[in-house]
Amino acid sequence: MRLELGKINITDIQFANESKIEKGVLYVNPDDLKPVVLEDEKIKDVVFDIAKPGESVRITPVKDVIEPRVKVEGKGGIFPGWTSKVDTVGSGKTLALKGMAVVTAGKIVGFQEGIIDMTGIGAQYTPFSKTLNLCMVCEPVEGLKQHDYEAAVRKAGFRVAAKVGELARGIEPDETCVYETQGIKEGIEKYPDLPRVGYVSMLQTQGLLHDTYVYGVDAKQIIPTIISPTEVMDGAIVSGNCVSACDKNPTYIHQNNPVVEDLFAQHGKTLNFVCQIITNENVYLADKERSSNMTAKLCRMLDLDGVVVTQEGFGNPDTDLIMNCKKIEAEGVKTVIVTDEYAGRDGKSQSLADADAAADAVVTGGNANEVIVLPKLDKVIGMLDYVNKIAGASEDTLRPDGTLEVEIQVITGATNEMGFGVLSAR
Amino acid sequence: MAKIKVVHYINQFFAGIGGEEKADTPAELHKGEVIGPGMAFKTGFGDEAEIIATIVCGDSYFNENIESAKAEILGWVKDLAPDLFIAGPAFNAGRYGVACGTIAAAVKEELGIKSMTGMYVENPGADMYKDKTYIIQTKDSAAGMRDAVKKMTAFALKYGKGEKIGASCEDNYMNQGVRVNFFEKERGSSRAVKMLIAKLNDKPYTTEYPMPDFDRVEPNPAVKDMAHATIALVTSGGIVVKGNPDHIESSSASKFGEYSLAGVTDLDENTFETAHGGYDPVYANQDADRVLPVDVLRDLEKEGVIGKLHEKYYATVGNGTAVASAKKYGEEIGKRLVADGVDAVILTST
Repeated sequence: MRLELGKINITDIQFANESKIEKGVLYVNPDDLKPVVLEDEKIKDVVFDIAKPGESVRITPVKDVIEPRVKVEGKGGIFPGWTSKVDTVGSGKTLALKGMAVVTAGKIVGFQEGIIDMTGIGAQYTPFSKTLNLCMVCEPVEGLKQHDYEAAVRKAGFRVAAKVGELARGIEPDETCVYETQGIKEGIEKYPDLPRVGYVSMLQTQGLLHDTYVYGVDAKQIIPTIISPTEVMDGAIVSGNCVSACDKNPTYIHQNNPVVEDLFAQHGKTLNFVCQIITNENVYLADKERSSNMTAKLCRMLDLDGVVVTQEGFGNPDTDLIMNCKKIEAEGVKTVIVTDEYAGRDGKSQSLADADAAADAVVTGGNANEVIVLPKLDKVIGMLDYVNKIAGASEDTLRPDGTLEVEIQVITGATNEMGFGVLSAR
Repeated sequence: MAKIKVVHYINQFFAGIGGEEKADTPAELHKGEVIGPGMAFKTGFGDEAEIIATIVCGDSYFNENIESAKAEILGWVKDLAPDLFIAGPAFNAGRYGVACGTIAAAVKEELGIKSMTGMYVENPGADMYKDKTYIIQTKDSAAGMRDAVKKMTAFALKYGKGEKIGASCEDNYMNQGVRVNFFEKERGSSRAVKMLIAKLNDKPYTTEYPMPDFDRVEPNPAVKDMAHATIALVTSGGIVVKGNPDHIESSSASKFGEYSLAGVTDLDENTFETAHGGYDPVYANQDADRVLPVDVLRDLEKEGVIGKLHEKYYATVGNGTAVASAKKYGEEIGKRLVADGVDAVILTST
């Protein structure tokens, strides 16, 4: 499969009468986007705002982060199963608005939403302090339960991102990257001497608001399968997660999957990037066993020499991570796993909920329990009402002087387990 | 800023007294003197730090008279009141490494003075003391002196000035068993791909998280006489009395709660709720029996299947809670349950 990804660098976002992209500036009329959100009767109101890098702005509670894209050639459309039908995506040409993101916010679970600071120490921990953020704070109709609200906001985010992405249609990209994977036989013939490498992507599916969707399907229901990494660039995988902010994989990070990018960078040079394998992180033991068995089997059937395995969430999914690692290694396929740690505020506890000697090559996104103090910022997009309750906070988080004492767990993307960030620990 | 005052500890060999035949040299204090490797430190320190005294002790003497030698040296260091105590480097010399580790750890522990040493990773002193003082990793012989002094000097100045010490790999000290965050130069995915390429090609690579020895608990034998047993409920699912009176955190819980079940036959949404931040709370809040099955246990009690349900239950939030904290809560809860004559416990999660 071959996908051309055209990148349009967005240098500013401004509210305006006419929604358009001109000379790298995204002009947005909120009145164009509001009806897109409110077409779901579960959402009572939405407020749009813009947060720019360096501004004294805090966005919370953050739900998802999404990069606007539009498909201009080839089958299907962005976010298949949501804003497009379910044609197989991942080939042809797609345009992406780089340097910006759509950020959905609002009270959802009230526990596992995140914080994005655009300046100060918190900004160093989140990748989304570096993007221009078009924020949408959604308010539910009264009496709506959390899971219905979550679904409504999730889908509204995709609709808005798709609508903004449409503005890119017809615009000449600043840069175009081509990503191409070969069929099994073609790949072996083309790169007979290179090790065959796959990417095992574990999708968060613990349920009860911890879900991920593939082509619109709840990934709890899938048997592990293979997809082309280019499909993911077209939004084939989206987040529906309320796991701790630091190690949830927002839709943006699936779209810009760093392991996929870095494996493509080596494709045809030091390795042959064969495909992406997706598996889940269900809570029942039988599901864990079945999925890890299938994943290991797929690695073997594809004659892979090595895989990178990435995780989402922590605790319970640590067992899936270790099962995958152990079983894949037992098939003679070398693994590197990417995770993060919950070693306690003092860093002295065992970092993962499971361990095995087979996991001898681990990359860590850092200790999520590290405590930092976030400065008081001038403006809050969203609300601070839940800041003492979100995962990684405590009753003493909001201090009298307006600063926040938190574990970095509260910061969106801080310890990302797909290796999106540079934070680590030893 | 005032110069950082340093006291330096070395053995008889590096003091130029002699080798093995002089290893029984008793401890000596050389005030105002800079001896042996101290000269290299002095150069490295420039005008930021100065060695105010050198303590020399034979390796055999120290190890054979460990208590008295330690006491004598600690006495001197206390009087000298330096900002920093440096021992060695000891490279792969076993007794010297143990002496450096012992005295550096004692200076820190007993005098509260910053201390550090340097040695080879396989020196027996390394494993013994790496979590008690900063041990800079050096090469295995004195041929690595230049490298050792360079690393130790950099660390000494940073540490002496009170700057924040980074992760072990950043500041060249041996990992102390404490996880320390830092920003890498490359993102995680690039590090993972590089590590995989090394692993595929049988080239060396270093895991960023060595697997710990995992603590697996064998379940107790089954309870033989359930009909007379007192059964308690303990949960990490966060079920608390409505309003969460103890303010148990939604993640990384810093405490557990003890709540009464006296007269309670069924948990309902008016009286109990969950404090847990790791799952959709709707169903647990509607009926907390779904996480803490009080209703079912009351039925079993009535039917005579169990003797009785213990009148207190214990709850914490398992979400993101450190293993060390969980262990502490478990031990305390266990003590209270035993004191109350509980025979068996049903542990529920989420």
